[in-house]
Amino acid sequence: MERIDKQTALNLLKNADLLEIGELADTIRKNLHSEGIVTFIVDRNINYTNVCINKCKFCAFYRDVESPDAYLLSNDEIFKKIDETIALGGTQILLQGGIHPELGLDYYTDLLKSIKDRYSINIHGFSPPEVNYLAERHVLTIRETLIILRQAGLDSIPGGGAEILSDRVREVLSPKKIKSSQWLNVMEEAHKIGMRTTATMMFGSVEEPEDIIEHLDAIRSLQDRAGGFTAFIPWSFQPKNTELAQNSPPHPPLAKGGRRGGINSKLYPATAVDYLRVLALSRIYLDNVKNIQASWVTQGLKLAQVALRFGANDFGSTMIEENVVKAAGVSFRVSREDIIQAIKSAGFKAAQRDTYYKILRSF
Amino acid sequence: MLEDKVFSGERLTREDAIKLFQSDDLFTIGRLASYVAEKKNGRNAYFIVNRHINPTNICVNRCKFCAFSRSKGEEGAYELTIEEIIKKLKDGHGSRVTGHGFSEVHIVGGLHPDWPFEYYLNMLSAIKKEFPSIAIKAFTAVEIDYMSKISGLNLEDTLKTLKKSGLDLMPGGGAEIFAEGIRSKLCPEKISGDRWLEVMEIAHNAGIKTNATMLYGHLESIEDRVDHLFKLRDLQDRTGGFQAFIPLSYHPKNTEIGGFYSSGVDDLKTIAISRLVLDNFEHIKAYWIMLGEKISQVALLFGADDIDGTIIEEKITHSAGAMTEEGMTKEELAYLIKKAGKTPVERDAFYNELWKG
Ligand code: SF4
Ligand code: SF4
Repeated sequence: MERIDKQTALNLLKNADLLEIGELADTIRKNLHSEGIVTFIVDRNINYTNVCINKCKFCAFYRDVESPDAYLLSNDEIFKKIDETIALGGTQILLQGGIHPELGLDYYTDLLKSIKDRYSINIHGFSPPEVNYLAERHVLTIRETLIILRQAGLDSIPGGGAEILSDRVREVLSPKKIKSSQWLNVMEEAHKIGMRTTATMMFGSVEEPEDIIEHLDAIRSLQDRAGGFTAFIPWSFQPKNTELAQNSPPHPPLAKGGRRGGINSKLYPATAVDYLRVLALSRIYLDNVKNIQASWVTQGLKLAQVALRFGANDFGSTMIEENVVKAAGVSFRVSREDIIQAIKSAGFKAAQRDTYYKILRSF
Repeated sequence: MLEDKVFSGERLTREDAIKLFQSDDLFTIGRLASYVAEKKNGRNAYFIVNRHINPTNICVNRCKFCAFSRSKGEEGAYELTIEEIIKKLKDGHGSRVTGHGFSEVHIVGGLHPDWPFEYYLNMLSAIKKEFPSIAIKAFTAVEIDYMSKISGLNLEDTLKTLKKSGLDLMPGGGAEIFAEGIRSKLCPEKISGDRWLEVMEIAHNAGIKTNATMLYGHLESIEDRVDHLFKLRDLQDRTGGFQAFIPLSYHPKNTEIGGFYSSGVDDLKTIAISRLVLDNFEHIKAYWIMLGEKISQVALLFGADDIDGTIIEEKITHSAGAMTEEGMTKEELAYLIKKAGKTPVERDAFYNELWKG
């Protein structure tokens, strides 16, 4: 299929029949992954600290340094989590945290080295906001910072902090966070020195359809230049417990138990149909990104299964731990067996992969 | 060609239905089902504001997959008095948006070992007296069969007596899966599939509209599903008394049979194929409490035209590990429907339009 342009993409996003866009994405997925395999990774999300100076409005996770439930994990706590991860067949840790004002590059390099001394596990860590912060703090270039981190043991970089790569939206959501160009720059530098990264997109907050297209286009252009994205992961904003939600009048009114947080009509969470539409469009637009992840953590297993027919070919992580999403009022207790079963019953072969999408074990 | 058949309104055969279930072509199946749904109901997607009452969870049957029932005296067993039922209904009366209160009471429960037939009659007439304009949809075929036993009346007289006391419609529960082999593993204590169909036929002939269900995703084969659908279609040809068909996905948690959740893909396919096979049913319901709001919403694009109600209490599914929250407001339901590109229509128990969004 020929590459589609922004205008066509916008038109698809706004007007296409869901089944039509889904079928198109499904066909593309089938061509790219003709073996009918859906992969997943066994890893653990280790949020080393919840202290963050950025205070993004959609984030339910961050705390001030003085907050009573602020934390910084000790190395021993981190090692214990890694031990457990390995015992469960894990091959990767996702090491991410807030922007802690008291932590400098030494903390990071020491931590990385001490992990690599003990374990041969892939460290997928530090999204662009963290990398950018370290570069600024130590007056280094992004490239220098990345090289230092890589030498200390960092293997690959998660695509978090992208939200929507449109500064208009970032101004509302996360004014203190790095701008789009900075996010893209960290990724480009990482790709150039041979590191692999993922890319994410958080939609369903205050963006317009045009912003989603901007985002997809930025990812596609960078991938054309640098080529280091392994996967794209769209997920929808989870409004509960966030500043953005709390500052808005509750509309529509809450169901019993306050399930929706408090939200205005703009901030009503993306529905299943919206999710499938954006997912399918991502598969269609990003012709140079091989893998698209379904987000069962935000969408639930059943919709994630449907997502496998709307362009996704990967089930993401088994999420031994997922603090950030849990804090926003969504949590699913799901075992690796549940994931394998879910993939199979959706009509696919299930396989565990590593960070670089190499298949380790088929089920 | 199957497509041609659907477009020309020709009936599907058993073989067609089996082929559809075997097919991997989710999108064509969905599109065909949507076509049929739209022919029958336009862009409308219905919901109802109703209240669920489960008068007791004490049940002589103790079906294997039922996580709701208890034996008498067991911990967690309960029974509601008629006063308690009325109070529950009064507490939930009134609605902020359209000015309508709830329009239907849905009553199902266990088969209580000691309650006399009169208890049910008194319950119906007390509710009718308090809420004369509210439709009462009550008692599955399993309960009706049981009432006929305790009252010593035949089915026809049992149903007519209930109708006189205020019964307006019947839900479609208890059908499970008709196939004998599976049914005897799943719920040996329950009435047979033939008996279920007999109760429904007599109800229809007595002027009582009902729904129909199918529990899928446990031990049944494709052929079992297709047989189930065809038995319903045949009965509907004779009586025309079914309003809606509701495929129910099996919930494995807390039940003795165990197993897995059906896949979201299977849920959508089953909805769509039901829409295609049951050409004489007006409505196919994607019951959101069972499927979850996400799959129910997507199901509106796969042939469903109804996602059921805003529900305050729904104990039966919940004790079996349903994945949804206990209630959704009318605004939330309407929003989900609109985002699927459909027109939300609040209906009453008989699909009369009360509000259109
Ligand atoms: S999203 Fe990340 S950068 Fe923003 S406040 Fe939360 S932890 Fe900090
Ligand atoms: S399913 Fe119905 S009949 Fe069977 S035990 Fe549960 S309440 Fe009783």
